[in-house]
Amino acid sequence: MPPVIYETPFDALFDVFDGAVVMVGGFGHVGHPHNLVRALRDRSVKNLTIIANNIGLGDSLDLLAEAGQIKKFIGSFPVRASRERMTHFERLFREGLAEVEITPQGTMVERIRAAGAGIAAFYTPVGVGTVVEQGKEKRAFNGREYILETALHADFALIKAYKADRLGNLIYRRTARNFNPIMATAARVTIAEVEEVVEPGELDPEAIVTPGIYVDRIVICPRDYNDPAIFQTWD
Amino acid sequence: MTQLSSKPGISRELMALRAARELRPGMYVNLGIGLPTLVSNFIEPSIILQAENGMLGYGPLAEGPERDPDLINAGGQYVTMLPGACFFHSADSFAMIRGGHLDVCILGGLQVSEKGDLANWMVPERGIGSIGGAMDLVTGARRVIVLMEHRDRQGRPKVVKECTYPITGRRVVNLVITDLAVIEVTPEGMVLREVAPGWTPEEVQAVTEARLIVAPDCREMTF
Repeated sequence: MPPVIYETPFDALFDVFDGAVVMVGGFGHVGHPHNLVRALRDRSVKNLTIIANNIGLGDSLDLLAEAGQIKKFIGSFPVRASRERMTHFERLFREGLAEVEITPQGTMVERIRAAGAGIAAFYTPVGVGTVVEQGKEKRAFNGREYILETALHADFALIKAYKADRLGNLIYRRTARNFNPIMATAARVTIAEVEEVVEPGELDPEAIVTPGIYVDRIVICPRDYNDPAIFQTWD
Repeated sequence: MTQLSSKPGISRELMALRAARELRPGMYVNLGIGLPTLVSNFIEPSIILQAENGMLGYGPLAEGPERDPDLINAGGQYVTMLPGACFFHSADSFAMIRGGHLDVCILGGLQVSEKGDLANWMVPERGIGSIGGAMDLVTGARRVIVLMEHRDRQGRPKVVKECTYPITGRRVVNLVITDLAVIEVTPEGMVLREVAPGWTPEEVQAVTEARLIVAPDCREMTF
């Protein structure tokens, strides 16, 4: 089925529910679906599990923490490196209102890739001898130790792409690709925030990164490249 | 000791310059957040920088109208792209890292132990920290260089017998470059290769918790 194109990010999230597991793309603020995340805040759903690389690092996810909507965060960058400006999420964590599952960044994306590719678990050397191995099966292959990491699935994946065609094929811009194409494969419902939708055939088939089969919904959010506010910093 | 605690080492720029000398033409290199990003000011043009957010071949920092909203390195800095640059998603990026395809990564550190254990992701007092790509990088890169101050802000040694902070990776560090010394991690222990100008090996040992084996050809760093 080709994806459904929604008028607004709020409409595209019509069936998001309390307790949902939601993956969100982006590395810092780049390639992050800011409009969909704001709509998720406006939906006022509670007890969300958020799977994302970071929270409060130029992304919009800290808005959900501020509104008390997050129960658990799974990712590699749950707090800012500097303690000088505490995020709403770190405050929730300190008050015992939210939990964190910390995962090495490459392990996280491979767990998501595994989910999308029908693989239940895999052995990786990353995290051996650290807190990451706690509670996980360990096994040696060829004299080297590995830990078993399991697939990460979600109910919804909120992703940001540059352009889509009406069949849901997606292309990305520069480092805004990051986690988005992988998350697109691993959720029951994948919703893409894009800057423009074109007709089938207008995107170079060799350049398509996410095949349309993975994309369920699209919402068009044009971006003003002359707006200085799109240049964020992490400080 | 009181005198040593106020005796200066080399500047951050010279530390970065010293680290850059470990890199050879054509190498694929990942630079961590913080001090290691300064190394990019001193590398020769055939070295290809990898950013774990999905890019090979980034150039100097971008300023003003040169900045592109979708073009950052893994430290969130706006960068330029060099001819031949390419982009890829995070799963490819970490396959590259974990799969042993990077020649070198240069990371910051909180503590490095005699055996080459690295702690660099969490200060225990805070109760929470961020790993980012550090565990993947130290596991996968062929050579791991730690670039850090020799002592912390309280003057405590960061080159230690055993790390007391949460570990990033065990037996992963090959070389430590600080404002006072260049130290190689070997199966026999930590070998002091170079000292900062004006420092003796004995003085460096006095501000280092780990036992240092002074290399027969140990010398002053030169720039």
